[in-house]
Amino acid sequence: MTRLSSAFSSPALVAFITAGDGDTAANLDALVEGGADVIELGMPFTDPMADGPAIQAANIRSLDAGTTTADVIAIAAVFRDRYPEVPLVLMGYANPMVRRGAAWFAAECKRCGVDGVICVDIPPEEDAELGPSLRTMDIAPIRLATPTTDAKRLPQVLQGSDGFLYYVSVAGITGKQQAAQASIEEAVARLKSATDLPVAVGFGVRTPEQAADIARVADGVVVGSALVELVGRHGKDAPDALRELTSALADAVHTAR
Amino acid sequence: MDSPNSFRNQPDERGHFGDFGGRYVAETLMPLILDLEREYRTAQSDPAFQAEFDDLLEHYVGRPSPLYFAKRLTEALGGAQVWFKRDELNHTGAHKINNCIGQILLAIRMGKTRIIAETGAGQHGVATATVCARFGLPCVIYMGATDVERQQPNVFRMKLLGAEVVPVTSGAATLKDAMNEGLRDWVANVHDTFYIIGTAAGPHPYPELVRDFQSVIGKEARAQMLDRTGRLPDLLIACIGGGSNALGLFHPFLDDPEVRMLGVEAAGYGLDGDQHAASLLGGAPGILHGNKTYLLQDEDGQITEGHSISAGLDYPGIGPEHAWLKDTGRVEYTAITDDEALDGFQLLCRTEGIIPALEPSHALAAVAKQAKEMPEESVILANLCGRGDKDIFTVAEKLGVEI
Repeated sequence: MTRLSSAFSSPALVAFITAGDGDTAANLDALVEGGADVIELGMPFTDPMADGPAIQAANIRSLDAGTTTADVIAIAAVFRDRYPEVPLVLMGYANPMVRRGAAWFAAECKRCGVDGVICVDIPPEEDAELGPSLRTMDIAPIRLATPTTDAKRLPQVLQGSDGFLYYVSVAGITGKQQAAQASIEEAVARLKSATDLPVAVGFGVRTPEQAADIARVADGVVVGSALVELVGRHGKDAPDALRELTSALADAVHTAR
Repeated sequence: MDSPNSFRNQPDERGHFGDFGGRYVAETLMPLILDLEREYRTAQSDPAFQAEFDDLLEHYVGRPSPLYFAKRLTEALGGAQVWFKRDELNHTGAHKINNCIGQILLAIRMGKTRIIAETGAGQHGVATATVCARFGLPCVIYMGATDVERQQPNVFRMKLLGAEVVPVTSGAATLKDAMNEGLRDWVANVHDTFYIIGTAAGPHPYPELVRDFQSVIGKEARAQMLDRTGRLPDLLIACIGGGSNALGLFHPFLDDPEVRMLGVEAAGYGLDGDQHAASLLGGAPGILHGNKTYLLQDEDGQITEGHSISAGLDYPGIGPEHAWLKDTGRVEYTAITDDEALDGFQLLCRTEGIIPALEPSHALAAVAKQAKEMPEESVILANLCGRGDKDIFTVAEKLGVEI
């Protein structure tokens, strides 16, 4: 069992925040204390094309504060020291990941105990850019499936995918409306019949009620924009607000079935 | 790098130009990108598609554009003969319309009912709004708020043509941010929306199909030059932002080894600082907006903001085929500063009675440098890819004149 597969043995809450936005170490403590099962740490990028206003703003706050790739890696390393058992995945865009070479990035991930990497803009067609380096280091390349990923294309997405499958429940950007529950149920059933990987559902999930509905059918629920908005609103006082929302979401996810 | 047998057989089946190009997009867009490629292949082999494209270019755009010998400019420079491909005479005043005609025909073939586009200087936005009006499709144009300010005449043109112009305030509020917003719209509206990308960049097949639609420039110019002078030019010159007008001119000549080619990037305040938009000469390879290419970026891969007096050139990337042509050595690249471009602008106004856009003014400055170094029997062919009406306020301000 890897850290990731253990985390998904029962419905898991995947909590996202952007690295370098606010006091990230304290914010991560709050997510873990609140009951998050997997931490998804965003690497800030100047051009977050798949993200809505909340996460765009978080990226800008982080970069304006001077966050570098070295800072993100240091945050991950400190997290791993403090929480040896909590899975940590990095999420971001291709350019910062490959700037010093994919092998360099994968080695840094390995060194600081990162379990998986979600790269928004490297589809299976361009896997050679990053995937082989990650696999060499036993870092899971976590792929996205979307409402536009049809049955013909799904095997290609699953091939070489590891850790968990991230189902993007709406065709759109982060932080907007949530998909209808019926469409999520149908999609998760379709994905689970095609893979043994855990399936986590995200995009537009904001409330414990929504999270519970999803946790009844999926292995994980991803919440990002709602948490990131709290960091934007509360600044250095964000940990209390984060702990409170995370706790409500985690309770809902853990008691859904 | 090995020299390929032909410089005209790129990209490969996966959309790669050597190490560059590709399809670096979110999964949501991937199936649509593949659909677009299939539809483009079908269209390429459909004589009816080509016939409709040709007909619109002739009767709506006004092609072929003239090939013009600039006699007084040639005399003023005292060297090579200078010829211009007059794409500034196209309907809407720039080369952008060639590509928009091709893409909207593809959009209609695919059954898409809504068009989006990004624009910098506003020329691509105007061209897109124009074809949308012509075919009766709703149109949303994303434009950086900074560009909306400095390109008011084009904003008004787009609105007159029925387009909705959305000012983008994220980032530096220029072209790259408009492209981000276009991609965000597209990913949320994949079922009915076609994204008309304005330059030979973005995910495959865009760099290829934009180049193909713009290649009408070079095909015409090659035939016109042979017809008028019985020979090919010694040197082609074109300005480069994303690079579509340059590729359109260069591509049909790439396998003519006696023809040299020079792409002209925007050096802004100079290549020694960071206030320029020269991705090839001052950038490094990376991944942005769906393709791998040269980018202006810092050591962490964060994208930096370009600067140019020309809103159409200050994009921090460049089409992937140019990245490949640079690395193979087939095309040479140089850069021209804001001040040099202003000189080129005024030189053409006064010697030929042509007010060029600030984008080709960069090419003109390079023409002036090159012509003086070349013998009188040699021939330079430059692409006048846009006219300057949109830029007169910017130029007046730079020259300290109040209009």
